[in-house]
Amino acid sequence: MHRGKGMKFVGDSRVPDLSNRKKNTPKDYSEYPGKTEAFWPDFLLKEWLVGAVFLVGYLVLTVAHPSPLERPADPADTGYIPVPDWYFLFLYQLLKYEFASGPFNIIGAIVMPGLAFGALLLVPFLDTSKERSPWKRPLPTGFMLLAIASIIYLTWESVVNHDWEAAKAYGEIKEEVSVEFDETSEGYQLYQGSSCIGCHGNSFEGGIGLPLVGLEYTAEEIVEIAHEGKGGMPGGTFTGTEEELQKLAEYITTLQPAE
Amino acid sequence: MLNKIYDWVDERLDITPIWRDIADHEVPEHVNPAHHFSAFVYCFGGLTFFITVIQILSGMFLTMYYVPDIENAWESVYYLQNEVAFGEIVRGMHHWGASLVIVMMFLHTLRVFFTGSYKKPRELNWMVGVLIFAVMLGLGFTGYLLPWDMKALFATKVGIEIAASVPFVGGIIKTLLAGDETIIGAQTLTRFFAIHVFFLPAALFALLAAHFIMIRRQGISGPL
Repeated sequence: MHRGKGMKFVGDSRVPDLSNRKKNTPKDYSEYPGKTEAFWPDFLLKEWLVGAVFLVGYLVLTVAHPSPLERPADPADTGYIPVPDWYFLFLYQLLKYEFASGPFNIIGAIVMPGLAFGALLLVPFLDTSKERSPWKRPLPTGFMLLAIASIIYLTWESVVNHDWEAAKAYGEIKEEVSVEFDETSEGYQLYQGSSCIGCHGNSFEGGIGLPLVGLEYTAEEIVEIAHEGKGGMPGGTFTGTEEELQKLAEYITTLQPAE
Repeated sequence: MLNKIYDWVDERLDITPIWRDIADHEVPEHVNPAHHFSAFVYCFGGLTFFITVIQILSGMFLTMYYVPDIENAWESVYYLQNEVAFGEIVRGMHHWGASLVIVMMFLHTLRVFFTGSYKKPRELNWMVGVLIFAVMLGLGFTGYLLPWDMKALFATKVGIEIAASVPFVGGIIKTLLAGDETIIGAQTLTRFFAIHVFFLPAALFALLAAHFIMIRRQGISGPL
């Protein structure tokens, strides 16, 4: 077979240079029985086939599940329960056990992960036997299986003990509602003078209470809610007359979000 | 025409051996899924590299919109996700790729471990591989902060606290990562951006080059 432009080749495994071979150099593949195949282009095409199948799955995942984005970071909000990305969960979970937290924090944070990483890094020097089959070296195989089982168990424990629904609700992007209104109108004067403004915001944008923009209630229902309360909202805090409340309720029904 | 250009360059630089060295090697039967289906476990390394390439490309496109500043970071990601054409896809690929690359790399590590392929003469390549694993985790950790949303900030706070609990040098590590002794804020975001986009990829490229050169030099380990 004529190769390339007739140049000499560097490290071409198809041209075994037996005289120059170092002791550690593995055998040429032609010394193994079986069907070898040229990397370029035959094998690379098959590799690409595997890659293409993988890429389809990858793209389906991407399209089916848009990447999450929570509301902008607020360092002052201490109510958020932190959780790392899923592949760090087992390390995070480890810190929750008594033997690895508080005064023993260093065991869970440094000693155990450090030992595991160090052992993984130095495994060629810890397992120096000539055997390669996993069945013939029970200790390395056993330790690795134990490590995998621990990682799976810790990740599982972490996942079931985290309230994903609550975290999702807490992190959700809150839509800002803005509304155009006339500050001199009678309705707004009533609103400003009432205690409603304390919770529902100066421009009806919400605060402790919900926004009052684009509500799907009738004026009568709003009056009722003001009297009776709803959810976390206490009733009977409106101190004006019944007529004023009716006017305010009617005004609130006119508030629609600005385009 | 192309042949003539190639010959012109080759005559001067002798480039044929360079690419022939990559192309001209034989793939043994025991790693070829076409001959033994169970040999698909040998695909994990290649797939890890495939996702890494996708991560590099999608990341390059993300930086066309992303602004590493606490005022604008979240806004730029929101804009990218909701307004930019295919922005959702590009960000989605980078987001899911970050998880998939960890999965594939883990499977590749297990394949190499259980086939005992780290044994002499391949000790150095194994160690470089473990370092690549560490760099990938670092990329995952630093990249998680960049959208600057709630989960990003608080996960990073916890991570930096863990780093700060290292004896003796913990405080120095914390300051190095966060840019301040106490505050996780504007400095932290720009530092994580720099680490994610410049420092760790540079380390990754060097380690990947070493990984691949060693594979070519030593070949894939023989059948069990």
